[in-house]
Amino acid sequence: MKTFHDLRDKSLQELLDGRKQGLRVVGTYCAYCPKELILAAGAVPVSLCGTREEPIPAAEEELPRNLCPMIKSSYGFAITDTCPYFALSELIVAETTCDGKKKMFELMDKKKPVHVMQLPNVQDSEAALKMWAGEIQRLRLRLEEQLQVTITDEAIWEAIRLVNEERQALKAVHDLNQGNPPLLPGLNLLTASWTVKFASDQREVIRLANQLVAEKRAQAPQAKSGKPRVLLTGCPVGIGSEKVVRLLDELGADMVAMENCSGYKTLDIVASEEHKDPIMALAEKYLKIPCSCMSPNPHRLELLKSMLHDFQVDAVIDLTWQACHTYNIEAYDVERLVKAASLPFLHLESDYSTSDIESLKVRIEALLEMTDK
Amino acid sequence: MITLGLDIGSVAAKGVLLAPNDKWQVVVPTGWSPRDAGQQIIAELTRSASLERLQIDAIVATGYGRISVPDANKSITEITCHAKGLTSLLPEVRTIIDIGGQDSKVIKLNESGRVIDFAMNDKCAAGTGRFLQVMAQVLGMDVSDLADAEDPSETVSINSMCTVFAESEIIGHLAQGMSRGGLIAGLHQSVAKRVAGMAARVGVVGPVAFTGGVAKNTGIRRALEEELKAPLLTPEECQFTGALGAALLARNL
Ligand code: SF4
Ligand code: SF4
Repeated sequence: MKTFHDLRDKSLQELLDGRKQGLRVVGTYCAYCPKELILAAGAVPVSLCGTREEPIPAAEEELPRNLCPMIKSSYGFAITDTCPYFALSELIVAETTCDGKKKMFELMDKKKPVHVMQLPNVQDSEAALKMWAGEIQRLRLRLEEQLQVTITDEAIWEAIRLVNEERQALKAVHDLNQGNPPLLPGLNLLTASWTVKFASDQREVIRLANQLVAEKRAQAPQAKSGKPRVLLTGCPVGIGSEKVVRLLDELGADMVAMENCSGYKTLDIVASEEHKDPIMALAEKYLKIPCSCMSPNPHRLELLKSMLHDFQVDAVIDLTWQACHTYNIEAYDVERLVKAASLPFLHLESDYSTSDIESLKVRIEALLEMTDK
Repeated sequence: MITLGLDIGSVAAKGVLLAPNDKWQVVVPTGWSPRDAGQQIIAELTRSASLERLQIDAIVATGYGRISVPDANKSITEITCHAKGLTSLLPEVRTIIDIGGQDSKVIKLNESGRVIDFAMNDKCAAGTGRFLQVMAQVLGMDVSDLADAEDPSETVSINSMCTVFAESEIIGHLAQGMSRGGLIAGLHQSVAKRVAGMAARVGVVGPVAFTGGVAKNTGIRRALEEELKAPLLTPEECQFTGALGAALLARNL
C-alpha cells in the first residue's frame, strides 16, 4: 500500500524531470476524457480535479459561492497556480458534463488553453454515438496540432490495450473487498483509486495494482469482520474531500466499495478490441459511463444493484456535493433502489469544509446503528 | 441488572437509572461541560437510589455530548435511543417527531420498533426551539408563554423560513398593528410547516409521537396536527425518552 501512497509524489518528480527532456503533459478533469488519445500522442494524462478546500476562497472571488466545491476547488487551483500538475499541463481537456463545469471551463480557458469536448447527454442513441465519435476525432486533431505529433491508429490501439489492462488491474484491487473480511480498508481503497490518476506511467499502475492484489490475497486474514459494510455512491471523492470515508472508518464501519467515478463506476467499462476503428471503440466505451450528467442514467442503478450484491453491502451512503443538481436529484431513485433491497440508506449533502463534521457524524452513526452490526 | 442512560443535550442533560423493578430520573443544566453534567447526574442518581457507583452494570450515553462522558461504556446516537425509549412507552408508534432546542428530527419505525429511516435538521434554526426563542424575544415575551398567547383564528402567515428574515417580517407586521396572538399562531404554523416538510420526505405513518422540549408548546402541537392531519401522542415525561432508551440499550451490553 505504501507504494500507492508515494505514487503521486514520485510521479510528480518523474514528470518534472521528464519535462526537461521534452515530456508533454495534458490535464484532464473527468472520467469521460479518453485518455488513450493522450497516451497515443506520447503525452501523459494527469487528473486536475480539485479535491481540496484550500483554493476555494480564491475561486469564490470569481465564481458564485453556491457552486459545487469540486468545480470551485479545480478553478481555484488553476487561478492561484498552486497545483504543480496544472502548471505542468500544456493543454486541458474538458467535457460538457454538468452546467457548472462547462461554464467554469469558459473562464479557465482565459488562463490556459482548454479543449472542450461536446459530450452528448444520452447514451442509447445512434446520433449521440456518432456525435461523440466526431468529438473524439476532433480531440485527436487538437492533440496532434498542440503536441506536433501524428497519432496513428496503431498507437491508439496500443493505448487501448494498455488502458484496458489498467482498468482490469484496478478493478481487481476494488474486488479485494467483495469477500469478508474486506482486504482493503476504505481509506486505502480511496488512496489507491485517487493516486493512480497522477501516474506518469500506466504500466507502473498495472504493476502496483497487481502487486497489491497478490500481497493482500496472500496475507488475507481468516477471521471475518463483524463491522457494517458500507457502499459509498454519489459525487466523486478524493484525498482532501475524504471526510465521509474517514468518518466511516472512525465510526467502526468497513467502507467496502465506492460506486462513484473515483471508484468502481468506470472500472467495468473497457474498449472493445474487436472494432475496426479505434475511435469508435473509444466512443462506445466512454459513452457507457453511468454518470448523472446522462439523461436518463439507468446503468448507474444497474451497477449499484449488482454492487449491493457482489460486495455484500449492509448500508448505502449517497454523497452529494453542495449544488450538484444531477446527483442530488438522482438520490431519489437511488434511495428507492436501496430501500427496495431492504437496506438502510443515507443521503448526505455537504461540501469540502469541516464545519458539518458533527452533524455528519450523528447521521452516519445512526445509519450504522440501523444495520444491527 | 442495573443500567444508566445519559442524554446530554445542548441545554439540558437527562439521566435515567433503571433497576429491574425501579426507575429514577434527573435533569440538570448541561452548562459548559457535558462531562461534568454527566458526572453530576451519575452522582445524583446513585444517591437517590442509595446505590454505589460500582453497582451500576452499564452506562450508555447519547445526545450531542455523548462522546464527552468518560464513564459511559458506550455511546449511541439520539436517533436509536429516542426510538428505543419511546417505543418502550408507546409501542404502537411508527413515526416520532422530535423538536428540541437546537435541532429537530423525524424518525420512522417499522412494526417491531426498529429505526428504518430518519431525517434531521441541525444546520438551521428554522423548525427548532431556537427559532421560537428568537421570535419570543422580538415579541418581548418568554418562550414558555407563547402557546397561551396565540390566537389561531387570526393566524398571520410568516413567509420567511430564515430566522433573520422572519425577525424583520415580525417587526414589520407589528408595526402595521397586526394582532400579536395571530402572529404567534403564525410562528407556530411556520415551525410546524418546516418540520412537516421534513417529515414528508421520510413519509409519515401513524400513530405519530411528538417529543422534545418544544412538545410542551400546545400551539406547535395544534399547528403540527393540522399540517400532518394526524393526532400526536406524547408520553408523560417525554423529556426523558432519550435517556430511558439509553438505559434500556445498556441492558444489551
Ligand atoms: S461525476 Fe461525472 S461529470 Fe463529474 S467527474 Fe465524475 S464522471 Fe465526470
Ligand atoms: S459533482 Fe456534480 S456539480 Fe460537481 S462537477 Fe461533478 S457533476 Fe458537476
